[in-house]
Amino acid sequence: MAANMFVVPQTRGTVLCCKCGIPMAPNPANMCVTCLRLEVDITEGLRKHVIIMYCPECESYLQPPRTWIKAQLESKELLTFCVKRLENDLKKVRLVNAEFIWTEPHSKRIKVKLKVQKEVLNGAILEQSYVVEYVQQDHMCESCTRFQANPDQWVAAVQLRQRVAHRRTFFYLEQLILKHDAAVHAIKIKQMDQGIDFFFGNRSHAVKFVEFLGKVAPTKSRHDKQLVSHDPKNNNYNYKYTFSVEISPICREDLICLPPKVAASLGNLGPLVICTKVTNNIALLDPFTLRQCFLDTDQYWRHSFKSLLGSRQLVEYDVFDVEVVSPEYNVGGSKYVLADIEVARITDYGKLFYIRTHLGHILKPGDRALGYDLYGANSNDMELDKYKGLVLPEAILIKKSYEEKRQKKRGKPRSWKLKSLDMEVDDTKGRAYEEKMNSEYEGFLRDLEENPELRFNLSLYRNRDYQPSEMASVSEGDDMPSVPLEELLADLELSEQEDGEDSMRE
Amino acid sequence: MATRLMFENSCEVGVFSKLTNAYCLVAIGGSESFYSTFEAELADVIPVVKTSIAGTRIIGRLCAGNKNGLLLPHTTTDQELQHLRNSLPDQVVVQRVDERLSALGNCIACNDHVALTHTDLDRETEELIADVLGVEVFRQTIAGNILVGSYCAISNRGGLVHPHTSIEDLDELSTLLQVPLVAGTINRGSEVIAAGMVVNDWTAFCGADTTATELSVIESVFKLREAQPTAIVDEMRKSLIDSYV
Repeated sequence: MAANMFVVPQTRGTVLCCKCGIPMAPNPANMCVTCLRLEVDITEGLRKHVIIMYCPECESYLQPPRTWIKAQLESKELLTFCVKRLENDLKKVRLVNAEFIWTEPHSKRIKVKLKVQKEVLNGAILEQSYVVEYVQQDHMCESCTRFQANPDQWVAAVQLRQRVAHRRTFFYLEQLILKHDAAVHAIKIKQMDQGIDFFFGNRSHAVKFVEFLGKVAPTKSRHDKQLVSHDPKNNNYNYKYTFSVEISPICREDLICLPPKVAASLGNLGPLVICTKVTNNIALLDPFTLRQCFLDTDQYWRHSFKSLLGSRQLVEYDVFDVEVVSPEYNVGGSKYVLADIEVARITDYGKLFYIRTHLGHILKPGDRALGYDLYGANSNDMELDKYKGLVLPEAILIKKSYEEKRQKKRGKPRSWKLKSLDMEVDDTKGRAYEEKMNSEYEGFLRDLEENPELRFNLSLYRNRDYQPSEMASVSEGDDMPSVPLEELLADLELSEQEDGEDSMRE
Repeated sequence: MATRLMFENSCEVGVFSKLTNAYCLVAIGGSESFYSTFEAELADVIPVVKTSIAGTRIIGRLCAGNKNGLLLPHTTTDQELQHLRNSLPDQVVVQRVDERLSALGNCIACNDHVALTHTDLDRETEELIADVLGVEVFRQTIAGNILVGSYCAISNRGGLVHPHTSIEDLDELSTLLQVPLVAGTINRGSEVIAAGMVVNDWTAFCGADTTATELSVIESVFKLREAQPTAIVDEMRKSLIDSYV
């Protein structure tokens, strides 16, 4: 319909402004903008001068009554904060634009130019911009005051313990924590005997950390609180919260004799099992039947048991003969082959053992292997006693040993390195303890090299000091497990960034 | 010559008075100063008549007229009608109109030759206007408003219309009315022109709020600067004498 109508084009004429007489387009007020601005000031009654509190320690601004907002100068967060402070005023007018006007950083003044619109006279909308000045007053926020008063003061502590004689778990956990930034809010981290203590300024941070631990390790935790102060007037109670987290003593490569109840619940898993993997589930492998089972955290703690022999009791064996008995089985992602094997301890070549092992796929005559010497061990285990008529094998092999090849590489640096947490270490234990720690750490690094699945969850960084040309000249007969460069490449950018930062600091 | 005045603290002079080339009607107000301003300007030349229409003071908006006649709404009482017939000169035909739209001042804008009317006016009323006022009648709108009588003020020399009138509309109206037109405001930006001022061929009265700019626009478009009342009235006298003879 509209297309067929002839519509006369309408052009707006110009009228004279009723006050100053300059020609202008007609508007509802029929005054030119200048005259209108002279008549009406829409910013009348709006605050042009505001005082805000600023904490110089943590660079945050107070939003009453209690929140402190962290913001940099001339940032989006600061602009949002400034406009929010004027919320009451801006209800009367409509805000169109807001921007910062540059002020000296140390002048303690922030200037914001706001453009507002309001309806005046008979329907004319007037737009006007005005400047609001914010005066920054220094005022320390509560957390900074508390921190200043006593920097060691913590509100929540998490005591992480594992009742074993080695620290392998804690090395691994340290790397996991670094990867997930779980201890980012920790005020202090302290290394203790058989564990680590984490201190937090906030109970919720501690709870979050305990939950994180529960996801990566089989833990049992309990919590407690202690009253520090009490304000009777407004019934405020200040507490110190403590969380006690215990990790199960079962570690990778441990030999375990399952209690009869647990063995039965897992479908009569042979009482001797090897622990292959520990996350928040414990993976148990029966080396003779190649059956793998998983124990949940709850399941473990219901009938908690200890391991029979740990990785410190591993003994080196020389392999003489291998007879493969079964085809290759894929158990939970890893391949195993049952084989009958002839071994002897390297300390005692006189005694040969014929045993069954699950490592038939990697052991060949002439190899070295690490295993548990049940023949020579004196087991004082209550669970073992419960099994009447159980025939113990003379040895159980756990893994292949690369010790000889490591001898060649002794002293040479690795191509990769790890970061570490900022921990307070107890220095009073003496030299022997330190040496033990170092050798355990070395063992942990070797573990990482040999097991790609362990490396999967961690971040490895390229070692700048490492020279690959030296390595190429050394010929290796058998391939020694080492971390391929591709796994480090992902972290290369990180280390470049780090180096870049270093150079900037210089 | 344009004069500024107020009626009882209101600047809407065109509501309370009606000015033509032959007579002037003034509302009965609280103070005499309104009437005396008109008297001072016009007494020697044309009669200034105090009246009410339908018992109200808003006479400017209720009646429409020019030198030939005066149209009153059907609500006018008989006494008022008689009073007006007695006070005005004999050649001015005073006629009561039976029309649904009774605010004739808002619906009809006229000078001595042309009239613009509300689009919904009755056919009989239109014929009556043509008869009584002796004008050519056109149904029009001004800047989209149908109350043509409120949004423009015209005399035989020029006209002032609503400020939002487009240029094409101005051209069209100007062709119809055969006078120069300008879009402007009155009383400091008010768009209701006819309510804010009354005008005839040699003088105009505006509300006190009218700014100097507006006043200069009015004086220039209605050509009031060089206007001499005597010259115009002499012309009228000639035609009067003609009728006697």
